[in-house]
Amino acid sequence: MNALLSKYPEQVEQILARYPADQKRAAVMPLLYLAQAEDNYVTKQEIADIAEIVGISDTDVVSIIGFYTLYHDEPGGRYRIQVCTDLPCALRGADQFLKNLCENIGVRVGETTPDGLVTIESVMCLAGCHRAPMFQLQGDGDIAYHENMTVEKTLALIEELRRHVKTGEAAHD
Amino acid sequence: MTEQTTFLLRHRAVPNIDQLDVYRANGGFEAFKKVVTSMQPADVLAVVKDSGLRGRGGAGFPTGVKWGFLPNNIWPHYVVANADESEPGTFKDREIMESNPFQFLEGLMIASYAVGANLSYVYLRGEFWQIARGLDEDIAALEAAGLLGDGLFSTQYSLRLRTHLGAGAYICGEETALLESLEGKLGQPRLRPPFPAVYGLFGKPTVINNVETLTNLPPILDKGAAWYKSLGTEKSPGVKIFSLSGCINRPGNYELPLGVTFRELIFEHGGGVPEGRSVKAFMSAGASSTIVMADDTALDTPMDYESTQGNLNAPLGSASVIILDDSVDMAWLVDKTVHFFRHESCGKCTPCREGTYWMGHLTHRITHGKARPEDIELLDTVAAQMQGKCLCALGEFSTMAVRSGIEKFRADFEANVRRAAHG
Repeated sequence: MNALLSKYPEQVEQILARYPADQKRAAVMPLLYLAQAEDNYVTKQEIADIAEIVGISDTDVVSIIGFYTLYHDEPGGRYRIQVCTDLPCALRGADQFLKNLCENIGVRVGETTPDGLVTIESVMCLAGCHRAPMFQLQGDGDIAYHENMTVEKTLALIEELRRHVKTGEAAHD
Repeated sequence: MTEQTTFLLRHRAVPNIDQLDVYRANGGFEAFKKVVTSMQPADVLAVVKDSGLRGRGGAGFPTGVKWGFLPNNIWPHYVVANADESEPGTFKDREIMESNPFQFLEGLMIASYAVGANLSYVYLRGEFWQIARGLDEDIAALEAAGLLGDGLFSTQYSLRLRTHLGAGAYICGEETALLESLEGKLGQPRLRPPFPAVYGLFGKPTVINNVETLTNLPPILDKGAAWYKSLGTEKSPGVKIFSLSGCINRPGNYELPLGVTFRELIFEHGGGVPEGRSVKAFMSAGASSTIVMADDTALDTPMDYESTQGNLNAPLGSASVIILDDSVDMAWLVDKTVHFFRHESCGKCTPCREGTYWMGHLTHRITHGKARPEDIELLDTVAAQMQGKCLCALGEFSTMAVRSGIEKFRADFEANVRRAAHG
């Protein structure tokens, strides 16, 4: 039984329809995004499911997760704040921004807040050089840019995420 | 001061042009309709060749010539729009796709007709998640309006467009790595030949064009090759979007005719350097560029493909101009660029994988007060050894800032090493 296929039958079909019928393998990247949409990482079962859908080995799928930075095969924070510290952003204070942000939250780069809400990461150029400091927020099956940021604005955003998660959980209860 | 143009960044002149009805009310898809209903693919190719349009992704290869390489005895043909924009300092394709998406899509449609493709893809970097969703909606709107699909304008021509998201890998901007990624594989460059024009996506003849290149096509087909050639310089015709970043008062995208000087871009459009500092150097093509010392000769160099390469030994590339003021330590800068390339090296070929690794160790030592005096020479030697030996341009690019930085700003490196000796 393919759990991913059972869970998202329409989405899987739509993804496969984007490529020629004899080129199913091309669907592996969108399927990985689909698999990690809910909890921001891909499980072993989902890896096997994807491999079965597109007709490649589990190892092939794992190698793709390892090669590309936006796929995760272990749980991190529910959200990932990925700050660009590449040259153009660094010239506009991105390194200092990241350092101050981490100090304020009490985590180091790569670490997750104790409540599992946010992982802070440093990433390569995001094409937002003119609006640094900037980062992308990965989570809830979305990637959103936040530009011309300050530590204060970022802390407010994290609080908003925290409230959002609490409200969501309350709604589930 | 040369006035900024809005042939590509048209949303700056026409509000809401990201809406299909507004784009059409302003002449949108007239060029596409004209080519499909009244021109042969070869005629379209001839106009584009004649316009002198060159690839805006970095290589500057003539677009029409590139299209002409596709063989007519192997089918189907594909067009892939390269929307992987990942060069540090480049953020132009993003603005086009966010704010003037239909002109880009119309360009992709014109290119598809010109090479006989019935299915074309937009390959976006994974971080452009929201842009991809927007394009998906735009493509659905075009299908609903009868501008995409079967039998367009009552002809035999059919065309469909699809988006495909990468997932965070600079190397996928290299066109053969992009194709591998689109096929669901690791984004590692292919050995060439065969070139994508013959053996591309799914093993079929494929044209890969940058977003900005494609966005030039509707106005070229609309106004003609002679009009396009009246802009820019003789060998670099047309307009270009310059992404200006770094130590500059007004960072952003500037659409200007090719051939405007660096001085004009930096001081008149960009408003000069903050805090009364002076320009020490600049990089003309993002992190892949050599570092150019900002003397009068450099500042007065016209920003076109020939002058930039010829006068400054620096590529114009994607025209991502990073400004460095007199407070920037070039050893620190080189450590930043090497760190980037080391992270982004795909690992397929040894000179790049090992070279960026060892350069990274050396630049780290130098900038962290742990270097020996001979480390500067060693770093230069490692970079020199990599040159000409890598499978794709990424490895070559990684050595540009290193070698030019040591050559032109050795004092910055020596100051770091002295810090180690005194530490």
